[in-house]
Amino acid sequence: MRSKYEIFKIGIKDVAPHLLSVFPFGIIFGAIGIELGFSPLFTYATSLIIFGGASQIVFLQLLSGGASSLIAITSVGVINSRHFLYGAVLSEYLQKLSLIKKLFISYFIVDQGFAVSNQYFKKNPAKEFNYYHLIGSGIILWFIWQISTIIGIYLGSIVPEELGLKFAIPLTFIAIIVNELRKFDHVFVMIISGLVATFFYNAPFKTYIIISPLVGLFAAMIINKLKK
Amino acid sequence: MTWTSIFIAGILTYFTRMSMVTLIKKEMISDNLRKILNYVPSVVFPSIIFPGVLLDDFGAFVTISDPKIFGAITALVIGYFTRNVILTIVSGLSSYWIVIFVF
Repeated sequence: MRSKYEIFKIGIKDVAPHLLSVFPFGIIFGAIGIELGFSPLFTYATSLIIFGGASQIVFLQLLSGGASSLIAITSVGVINSRHFLYGAVLSEYLQKLSLIKKLFISYFIVDQGFAVSNQYFKKNPAKEFNYYHLIGSGIILWFIWQISTIIGIYLGSIVPEELGLKFAIPLTFIAIIVNELRKFDHVFVMIISGLVATFFYNAPFKTYIIISPLVGLFAAMIINKLKK
Repeated sequence: MTWTSIFIAGILTYFTRMSMVTLIKKEMISDNLRKILNYVPSVVFPSIIFPGVLLDDFGAFVTISDPKIFGAITALVIGYFTRNVILTIVSGLSSYWIVIFVF
């Protein structure tokens, strides 16, 4: 049986390729914060306290554009509401942990960490120390996000905008979903959710980010009914 | 005021992360629900990918010859055949740059 430390290291190793996009995205975020006129401390604080890439950008953009705090906070909440779905999926695997451990691990639940650790959990069912995988993937993502934000705050302006590094974000998520591209039902719900997100993109408060997964899950439900 | 809003946004975000993990008990999840939850990655990530590729910074559709479209298709094809995260990201980004800087 694998030890806690071994599983922790596998978590780091599994999520490591995604750092290729998380790192530049953090730099871009740090640079955007400064560009919008926020102080280095304020910009960095969002990485520590909110710790949710896209939502931090929207948060600062709204505040700098003169939106009320309420609107900025609501948008952050809506964008990050996808974590409810991640939590629901992960709850099964974190079931037996103490409340303190659950509260600790929760802080580190982010997109890429959820994706790779969920895959690990499915492949290695019911092993006692599996949750160390999520701690490993989460902590390294957290660490790189903090470091890259700070680099972006101080050196972000030297990264040429023409590089279009923001494109690394859709790419890191494409790299996650390719595992399911051989399953027709998954491809079907992917296209549905993707199109719904695209057409609802301009809906208020970025609600597209939660509307489209819910529509996708509804489609999945129907598919499962039809299969029987 | 704005500092307060960072903390509120942070608490709210933390709540989205911890609520389900702490509140859901095993017996609440039926086999049917578990099957549906299986699709979560397949419904959340495309919701970020599609607008990220098909729309520009202002929320308008890009043209079919946009470098992002070329980069995304390359990444999908390479990813489909290799299932390698690094190759998927690198192939997508480099084909995107080739369209931007060479053509």
